[in-house]
Amino acid sequence: MAVAKLKSDATEARLAGLTLPAGLDTARKDALSRLIATGLPHKRDEYWKYTDPASLTQADAPQAALFHNDEGPMFDAIDRVKIVFVDGVFDADASDDLAADGVTITRLSDVADADIHWATELYGTLEARGQTPVERPLAALNSAFASDGVLIHATGKASKPINLIYLHGDTGSDVMLHSLVKVDAGAEVTLLETGPAAARFNSVLEVDVASKGAFHHVRSQGRDHERRAVTHCFARIEDEALFKSFTLTVNGKLTRNECIIEMLGDDAVAHVAGACVGDGNDFHHDDTVFITHDALNGESRQVFKKVLRNGAVGVFQGKILVKAGAQKTDGYQISQSLLLDEDSQFLAKPELEIYADDVACSHGSTSGAIDEDALFYLQSRGVPRQAATDLLTLAFLAESLEEIADEALADDLRERLEGWMARRG
Amino acid sequence: MATLDQTDVKDGVDQDTVDAVAALSGAYKYGWETEIEMDYAPKGVNTDIVKLISSKNEEPLWMTDWRLDAFARWEKLDEPTWAMVNYPDIDFQDIYYYARPKSMAVKPKSLDDVDPKLLATYAKLGIPLKEQAILAGVEGADMPPAEGRKVAVDAVFDSVSVGTTFQVELKKAGVIFCSISEAIREYPDLVKKYLGTVVPASDNFYATLNSAVFSDGSFVYIPPGVRCPMELSTYFRINAENTGQFERTLIIADKGSYVSYLEGCTAPKRDVAQLHAAVVEIIVEEDAEVKYSTVQNWYPGDENGNGGIYNFVTKRADCRGARAKVSWTQVETGSAVTWKYPSCILRGDDSQGEFYSIAIANNMQQADTGTKMIHLGKRTKSRIVSKGISAGKAQNTYRGLVSMHPKAKESRNYTQCDSLLIGSNCGAHTVPYIEVKNNSSRVEHEATTSKVDDEQLFYCRSRGMNEEEAVALVVNGFIKDVLQELPMEFAMEAQALVAISLEGSVG
Repeated sequence: MAVAKLKSDATEARLAGLTLPAGLDTARKDALSRLIATGLPHKRDEYWKYTDPASLTQADAPQAALFHNDEGPMFDAIDRVKIVFVDGVFDADASDDLAADGVTITRLSDVADADIHWATELYGTLEARGQTPVERPLAALNSAFASDGVLIHATGKASKPINLIYLHGDTGSDVMLHSLVKVDAGAEVTLLETGPAAARFNSVLEVDVASKGAFHHVRSQGRDHERRAVTHCFARIEDEALFKSFTLTVNGKLTRNECIIEMLGDDAVAHVAGACVGDGNDFHHDDTVFITHDALNGESRQVFKKVLRNGAVGVFQGKILVKAGAQKTDGYQISQSLLLDEDSQFLAKPELEIYADDVACSHGSTSGAIDEDALFYLQSRGVPRQAATDLLTLAFLAESLEEIADEALADDLRERLEGWMARRG
Repeated sequence: MATLDQTDVKDGVDQDTVDAVAALSGAYKYGWETEIEMDYAPKGVNTDIVKLISSKNEEPLWMTDWRLDAFARWEKLDEPTWAMVNYPDIDFQDIYYYARPKSMAVKPKSLDDVDPKLLATYAKLGIPLKEQAILAGVEGADMPPAEGRKVAVDAVFDSVSVGTTFQVELKKAGVIFCSISEAIREYPDLVKKYLGTVVPASDNFYATLNSAVFSDGSFVYIPPGVRCPMELSTYFRINAENTGQFERTLIIADKGSYVSYLEGCTAPKRDVAQLHAAVVEIIVEEDAEVKYSTVQNWYPGDENGNGGIYNFVTKRADCRGARAKVSWTQVETGSAVTWKYPSCILRGDDSQGEFYSIAIANNMQQADTGTKMIHLGKRTKSRIVSKGISAGKAQNTYRGLVSMHPKAKESRNYTQCDSLLIGSNCGAHTVPYIEVKNNSSRVEHEATTSKVDDEQLFYCRSRGMNEEEAVALVVNGFIKDVLQELPMEFAMEAQALVAISLEGSVG
């Protein structure tokens, strides 16, 4: 088949010149075989129907100009452990001590010298599980070749959030980072990820949450207009565990965020949300979510909101899979787009696959222009048209921001969004 | 069949619904076989078989070439695998592609000359091939003519049309209703102009195979401004063993015309699965309207999944002119495997497409069905209402596409698809694709039954009903909305379906 040939050729070209980093040898070799078995994705693959992966798979990273940001750092007012990577390279000077109560933090590149048992066991495991029923070759590529990342082990309630700060300083940087989070029974940790990271960024996060543990994830993907990113978050959550993830994306030429969650214990809760504001015909944003309910009484929510204009493209592929026996599942999925002009596009595939009868799953998807009646109402009360549009846009995005448990973090994101809109107007 | 009495049904699912599903998908009533001598073409498919079918139908050369061209394409195609259905590999060389009752070797001059065995077959199916008014579900042809309602029938038996009723009366109104083989001979210009323009010979694996080997089917032409004086219908009966049925239907509703078209189908019970790969093309010109209703009741196989029909069908309507309207209504209860997506191309400005579907899958049945609404014209509207019910070990998938093209300004789509599972061994799946490429259009997709219209609820409450009664009324009213789209002739099926409520839906 022609596509299979194209894929194996592209894979060969991509792998040329790459060597497996030291440490985690078995896991890396296994990941490489997974990648070679499937080949890199191609736009003819059903899972890439709405997003062309070419720039993510090509051998060399496309150039991406830097964005000069005069704003202060994100979440600056919040006490947190800062871990800084510049184009994927750890910056010890800019980083805090890798320490906080209730949590141990190590770097992935240290794992070769240290025997971190849990990390050796977890690395690549959830990624490998996530390869069925849908292949995720870019994640396998990452597991094989990731140069660094952070290993977080929460043994109690972490005293402060951990913030991975990704700076972009080289217009041709091509970065793969792989981080692990292990949350012990009853433990809790918040992970913040901020910044563009590189011209091309491939990120994998594997999160293992034990019984009654809680994991909070808040991410803001940086404002560089030309950057490209593919991210995968693989999570496995046990009984009564909580997983919450929120991502804000405002710029970037291409972003594909995949979130793959397996709910293996009863009464588990998983919420995934995203807000995206896209402007311009070189903006393409794709949220791909796959939630598997494999236990009783699980609750999952997917809330994705996209505001698009000037030819921006927004994609949502969401799936809820309820396995046989996963009774009393409550699955909710909403994807909505607000198209601010004639040129933008919203492409969605909200899927359900259900093998249990006593469940409630709903999915909704809407797309349309801004509500003219609401706009007229605001204008008639003296609000200028642009301000009224911004107000309605923020209101539209609000439902997804409400998925952030920590008010201080949510407020920071909200203020930035307001600021960006005000300046753009 | 596996009785649903023994199924542990979760709370909230209405018992009447379970009973109705059991009744509808229960003992198959049409599983008997007509003993009749048949002529077969040799098994398998190749260019000789394609030429043979063409020559049996006394087709002109252009038609033979069209078929051969399709066959050459088909040989290069792979069977699609994306649907959520599993079945053993089909050996396309182990099927008879042409099977005709010996008594049809010479075309009967009129219905009176048709083999009595064939007439008796249709009478037994409740489809008397007599020119009299018939009513839905009336057994036999011995009832007195009912008042006014007439339905013209084209009866297809294995590979051939055995007769078409009311042709003369229809012709007086200018309506052409005949078998497609007759249309190719008698109205070649019309066929040549429209055949393959909605579903091209290259469309997909099964449509391409059909283009090469279709043996018969129905043809309808409604001239400008004519409201077809009666309902038209085609009844497909598979009878012979190891045969595939490949029929082709072409309906043309010229400017300002109207027609309501019904389709029914059944097959004998057999242990070996049989293939049915049909193509239906509908052309709807300016201001015309076509209603197409199907009760699909092919043999579903037994409770262990032996036998049954593989129903791989391509149905598409093209609303070519402004204000054209097409409406698909389907009740899917039969077939072992269904792969079917009746679609609407909304090309004309202000054209409208509708899709109403109730799909019931029981035992080992697998259904992957839905629709495509392609909005190309301005202010086009579409509505999709799909109800899927799974029981036994069945898998039922709704798969649909709503596409708003950049030029389809101010268009609208509303989609609602609900699924209900009866018992814990079955599956219900939803795979919608939504593509919005302009911002003045509005697309809404939802799949919950819990969201009942607040205004309707308020109305009911204000009339003194309690909340529960009000919700029941609104939900049932909604189901009935779909059933009302079914013509009178399907009243029996509709009556059985009325008992079904989607209370307890999973989404």
